[in-house]
Amino acid sequence: MMISLAATTAVLLYTLSTAAYFVFLFSQKDSIYRYGFGLLLAGFLAHGMVQAAQIIVLGHLPAFTLSHTLSLAAWSLAGLFVLFQWRLNLNFFGIYVAPLVLITLLAALLLPERSAPPIADIHIWANNAWLIVHIVTVFVGDAAFALACGAGIFYLIQERAIKQKKRGFFYRRLPSLDRLDSAGYACLVVGFTLLTIGLITGVVYAGLAWGVFWRWDPKEVWSGITWLVYAALLHERLVAGWRGRRAATMAIIGFCVVVFTFLGVNFLLEGHHGVFTKI
Amino acid sequence: MNDITNRRPAYKAVSPNTILLTGINHQTAPVEVREKVSFSPQEVPEALDAMVAEPAILELILISTCNRTELLLTTDDPAAARKSAIDCLARRKGLLPEQLAPYLYLHAADAAVRHIFRVASGLDSMIMGEPQIFGQVKDAYRLAVERKTSGVILNRLIHKTFLVAKRVRSETGIGDSAVSVSYAAVELAKKIFGVLEDKSVLLIGAGEMAELAVEHFAGHRVKTIFVANRTFERAVELARRYQGRAVSFPEIPDMLATVDIVVSSTGAPDVVVTKDQVRQVMRGRRNNPIFFIDIAVPRNIDPAVNRVENAYVYDIDDLQAVIDENISQRRHEAIRAERIVDEAVITFRTWYESLDVVPTIVALRDKLSEMAHGEARKTLASTLKHLPPEEQDTIHKMTDAIVSKLLHDPTTFLKQVEEKKDKARYLDIVRRLFKIES
Repeated sequence: MMISLAATTAVLLYTLSTAAYFVFLFSQKDSIYRYGFGLLLAGFLAHGMVQAAQIIVLGHLPAFTLSHTLSLAAWSLAGLFVLFQWRLNLNFFGIYVAPLVLITLLAALLLPERSAPPIADIHIWANNAWLIVHIVTVFVGDAAFALACGAGIFYLIQERAIKQKKRGFFYRRLPSLDRLDSAGYACLVVGFTLLTIGLITGVVYAGLAWGVFWRWDPKEVWSGITWLVYAALLHERLVAGWRGRRAATMAIIGFCVVVFTFLGVNFLLEGHHGVFTKI
Repeated sequence: MNDITNRRPAYKAVSPNTILLTGINHQTAPVEVREKVSFSPQEVPEALDAMVAEPAILELILISTCNRTELLLTTDDPAAARKSAIDCLARRKGLLPEQLAPYLYLHAADAAVRHIFRVASGLDSMIMGEPQIFGQVKDAYRLAVERKTSGVILNRLIHKTFLVAKRVRSETGIGDSAVSVSYAAVELAKKIFGVLEDKSVLLIGAGEMAELAVEHFAGHRVKTIFVANRTFERAVELARRYQGRAVSFPEIPDMLATVDIVVSSTGAPDVVVTKDQVRQVMRGRRNNPIFFIDIAVPRNIDPAVNRVENAYVYDIDDLQAVIDENISQRRHEAIRAERIVDEAVITFRTWYESLDVVPTIVALRDKLSEMAHGEARKTLASTLKHLPPEEQDTIHKMTDAIVSKLLHDPTTFLKQVEEKKDKARYLDIVRRLFKIES
């Protein structure tokens, strides 16, 4: 009861935030942007209560059903965005983040409620420190990749406007190419660091829990692919100064791989992660 | 009561002062006339003193820029004030009033208020929304304050004007976008690089527009300015002006590896920078963006350079297109600005009308206070001569208190009269009962 009330409040606040950001997109009034951000922050706090309540009820992180992982992903994104906004002050990003958070949370809530998977001793293995670190870093890391993807999309729009000399609606509203590029880069570095930690802790946990570190499970394979994609992107950036359009495109592709790893693998391919992330 | 009012209909009624504005601007007068009638900041104080000495002119502000010369004044006799103003203006500039008259416009009351609001907001400027005029109005007002030619009404009006101009600036996009080639170039550079402070600029060739652009960049504190010219002496000379460095023409391809912004304006018949040259330097630049501003005709930068990744080329037509777009944007924003001005005119009118009560009450208080203190002084100088100074003060304080008590009810009454016509009538009666001249 309390959970659903908090969840409804979060949805409502995210919706209002999205609306405010859309108004901001057209009106460009700072006061409206502040409402958008304030509402998002409030939504994040309400959403945080949902997460906290679930931890209390379940006795472990709510990350073992698809509904729970989606909700956690949305919450991670909202939380990381709050930090991102505070550090980088790119007002424009809310127009990307607020709807994304809203849609993800709605998807989580509309999925049929399902109890944790029928695995014995869930409380014992779910609260293993390695697993907790694995879950937290992977989710926050993916949120950082989502932001990098947004930066990439905005970069491509702005770059096109300048290159083709067809300025227009977005040209005025978007920040400079340099800011978009460096914001995207910062997100990539954060995301890659967390993903690396997430993979290592995941592997260690697998070794501890099942005695095998790597089993070529599809989720593992695709996580590895994700890591390689971002590793290649960052490597090129450091060595050859890859930036601009190519880097932006890669950040978008990278996030597509992330989404596929997150959802696609569960639906299309079989594997042990699927046990607890399928509907 | 009607009887009393009717008996002396000629009595000058309630609104003693009218705001008038007369002058010339770029729309009404050609530059030959404007330059003749313009006042330098050094000339203004003397002109203010001379004009405010005219009996019809009560308060006065003189605004003079290269595009306009305007007198903003208050008067109790509009016709005489207009004549005095035009005569003074013409005489000081060695013209006959008849020579000036065809170019002058005259606005009174609301129209004058609206005009000054529009001027300060940049709505009446040659380049709509340009920001300099705001500072010019501010300077004009400062001079008037120094010469004490601005009073209650114009002080209030100018403060309101500043508020309106600021509101127009912050709530509409009228001043947002560049409307000159050099400024448009800087604006585009900012959209690419964000901040320009750690960027370096290479100027190839010379020419007014290119130099203006480089000056704009210098104003944004770019890191280094390089100057290349066919004649090296000229390059050295320009470089000295921008505290930059001169480079020789053959060095240009190497410079492309390090500079961020290239402003080009040579008379060369062929391209100076080719696509291959740029492509080759991109790796050495670690793909950092490079922005070419090609002001030359024929063009100096191969247009194909724009196809190189992270290289951007804008020629003079592209920049002109930016400007045209921005101008139409400003026109669009002007509609909203005019609404803000209209609102402010109404607010100001309300204040201006309420003002009528205030001078009446002030005059009444002054008169009663003077009478009472006069009598008190007389008594204190004769019958009560023996009183020590402290006690004499007490008598004066008591006198003040009696005047205040007496005036309290009439003041409250006058302030509370809502209906404009009634207010006018009561003010008229009060002024006649106490024989207050306006």
